[in-house]
Amino acid sequence: MNKKDLGLLGLIVVVGAIVAIINPRFLLPINIANTANLVGMFGLSALGQAIVILTGGIELSVGSMIALIGVLFVDFVANQNIPWPLAVVLMLVLAVVAGLIHGLLITRLKLQPFIVTLCGLLIYRGVARFYTQDATAGFGFGQSFPTLEFITAGKSFGVPNSFIALMIAAAIVWVVIHRSVFGRYLYAVGKNEEAARFSGIKTDQVIIAAYVICQILTILSAIYFAMYTRSISPSSQGNFYELYAIAAAVLGGFSLLGGEGSVIGAILGVVLLQELQNLVNLLGIPSSLNFSVMGGVILIGVIIDRQWGVYRERRRTRDIARANAPTQAPAEQEGARGA
Amino acid sequence: MTSPVAVPASAAPVPFLTLSGIRKVYPGVVALSAFSMSVAPGEVVGLVGENGAGKSTLMKVLGGVVAPDQGAITIDGVERPSLTVADSMAAGIAFVHQELNLFDNLDVADNIYIGREPRSGGIFNFVDEKKQHDMVAPLLKRVGANFTPSTPLVRLSLAQRQMVEIAKALSVKARLVILDEPTSSLPLSETAKLLDVIKALKADGVSVIFISHRLHEVEQVADRVVVLRDGTLAGNLGKAEVDHEHMVKLMIGRDLKVQSAPPAGAPGDVALSAIEVKTAAYPDQPVSLALRDGEILGLAGLVGSGRTELARAMAGVDPVFGGRFEFRSQPFRPKHASQAIERGIFLVPEDRKAQGILLDLPIVENISLPNLRAHASGFLVTRGSEMKTAEEQRRNLGIKAPKVTTRTGSLSGGNQQKVVLAKWLAMAPKVMIFDEPTRGIDIGAKSEIYRLMRGLADGGVAVLMISSDMEEVIGVSDRIAVMHEGRIAGILDRAQFSEENVLLLAVGKTAEVEVPA
Repeated sequence: MNKKDLGLLGLIVVVGAIVAIINPRFLLPINIANTANLVGMFGLSALGQAIVILTGGIELSVGSMIALIGVLFVDFVANQNIPWPLAVVLMLVLAVVAGLIHGLLITRLKLQPFIVTLCGLLIYRGVARFYTQDATAGFGFGQSFPTLEFITAGKSFGVPNSFIALMIAAAIVWVVIHRSVFGRYLYAVGKNEEAARFSGIKTDQVIIAAYVICQILTILSAIYFAMYTRSISPSSQGNFYELYAIAAAVLGGFSLLGGEGSVIGAILGVVLLQELQNLVNLLGIPSSLNFSVMGGVILIGVIIDRQWGVYRERRRTRDIARANAPTQAPAEQEGARGA
Repeated sequence: MTSPVAVPASAAPVPFLTLSGIRKVYPGVVALSAFSMSVAPGEVVGLVGENGAGKSTLMKVLGGVVAPDQGAITIDGVERPSLTVADSMAAGIAFVHQELNLFDNLDVADNIYIGREPRSGGIFNFVDEKKQHDMVAPLLKRVGANFTPSTPLVRLSLAQRQMVEIAKALSVKARLVILDEPTSSLPLSETAKLLDVIKALKADGVSVIFISHRLHEVEQVADRVVVLRDGTLAGNLGKAEVDHEHMVKLMIGRDLKVQSAPPAGAPGDVALSAIEVKTAAYPDQPVSLALRDGEILGLAGLVGSGRTELARAMAGVDPVFGGRFEFRSQPFRPKHASQAIERGIFLVPEDRKAQGILLDLPIVENISLPNLRAHASGFLVTRGSEMKTAEEQRRNLGIKAPKVTTRTGSLSGGNQQKVVLAKWLAMAPKVMIFDEPTRGIDIGAKSEIYRLMRGLADGGVAVLMISSDMEEVIGVSDRIAVMHEGRIAGILDRAQFSEENVLLLAVGKTAEVEVPA
């Protein structure tokens, strides 16, 4: 965990402490469990987004995908009587196809990720609404899928399974990004695609892989959301969720220019966002200000992060000056002018 | 300084700009120490010194960007402890930087007058395009430009863009134009033009400070040469003493042979050959070239003759429009750089910051990048393995950095280039292609790189060196191939090495050079 992540963790603890003091209901197990559940679900899509942002791209279609997959999945399982494991597999196939299409448009046709995924956002939402004729998809009365429900909405030892799923996914993604060869390639492509290409990295493949992985994680997130809400309105399900994911990634140090970021930071980012959501509810702040509170905190967080970087830079130059001072001849004046 | 009354026409004119006792210290490094120099109107002063000698700090002091810790700057008799940017501009000091500050999406005239566009007045106060055009045209003439004021900047070559920068300096009625490495990206004929521009400035009474590593060019135009070494004035050479030997000696404090050692033996088999290849630069012109083991083949030619495109095609970075390659007599059709790399064909690209290394990565990660699989068990990277390789390369190449985990972007140009070399040398090169390997690098590091190239060739590697530096091409190559408009105009043997022959071939006058069959 680096200093930035520690700072974020500190912020989460401080905010949590303040809320707990004002409204002790914050610390109720049921509240924590509920927040943890949300963190798990949002976190899965944030992980996917982080990987794409690492390559210098962006995935704006996440929210609409969540709506589309939600609608399809519920329909397949509830109405079409497709066994749910098969339905999951079908959704994953869809994820891979979508990721491939996005990736190919971006690498072969050299379209900007913003445009490609923005169109995805619009198109998939429309398809979702069309699929149900704008009706709400849901489970029939009395329909129940015990195993599926347990995996997605159940708890193990009091911890929501969605959170456990997130922890597993985060651990895998952490290893991939921070320790594997592919992870290095992601960072290299994000930092300087041209230089990466000159070094023999197959940059197109790396970028396409990033979008495919993102879609897979998004699909998992979508299934969890579907089973959580149990009734999917295609026009509103997943609305703005891509922004949550992007915000969480940015808080986690993922620069939108690519080439930077920490998985732990992104997860902490999700935690902070959900904590703020919780804060708005518990402190009686009008829910209309929900987004404003989140936006405000994110902005402050990013500003502090920038200023912290500047401060560290100054400290470092001063330390170098002090370290070099004794090696200069006594006749020469001390060079460090309070840098 | 002579008194104005007694000065005869031929004696040194009174300087209008004097720096005395300038001292500037940054944390951990003394950039300038007790430095003094003066510039008189119409004087061309050459400023030479290795990278890190203090040239950029000096420029920043002159430009008003940085204030010296001690010392004074006297302009037209008014003495000041430091300048502001406004002071510097008001004094008529203009810069033409190595990294040009021009806008690709505007045309030449817009670029020159940006920020101070002539307006039409009236309610709308639009930019007066015609007036701008008329003001720019004569400036372009003065610099010998072959393009018009309305040419979009994106269409101009690097050499032409420099002319735009100089025209910009002229447009602010500069009294002192400071040129920072202006010819490092220019080929022979364009260099001659630039030197003419400098002479024209001099005739107009404009002073020039000409900062360059190309000592023979400094010799040609400078009235005086100021040599910087480790932040101090190592020497002041008057016109008569301005020559290569003196300059180099003062710059590094010792004599140095820029020549590379002769080859260990005769060249071996053909390693890589291009056969009737058509590159993006000249899609209709086939070019053929063979690289042999153990030989350093210099590739000279004017800017735009297609050398870089050929190199990139050989390295698999760019596709070709026709023809084929053969590697060790086997057909070789690279669709991606990785296919060249797996055969040991490595390219040290022209633009080291954008193509050669990733500036934000630590040195160790840059070195391991093309060969990451070798430093991994399964799909996980083994840090220990890459650190070991990086330390080894640091030792072998003498990369000056505090640690191998230092960010590569913080190294000097020469050391960054060594990192680029390190990553290839850590693998087993069979063919090394260098594109302008010593551009913007000081003499000390240059000779290290030449030694390396010789060592590679003597070890059996086929080396191709693209260079626009005459001294380098003639001093380092075993044979010189010269390109002209997309084809090989001729190949010179050592006996035929001369600037004249290279230039003749470069402009296409093949018949006037005797070339072996």
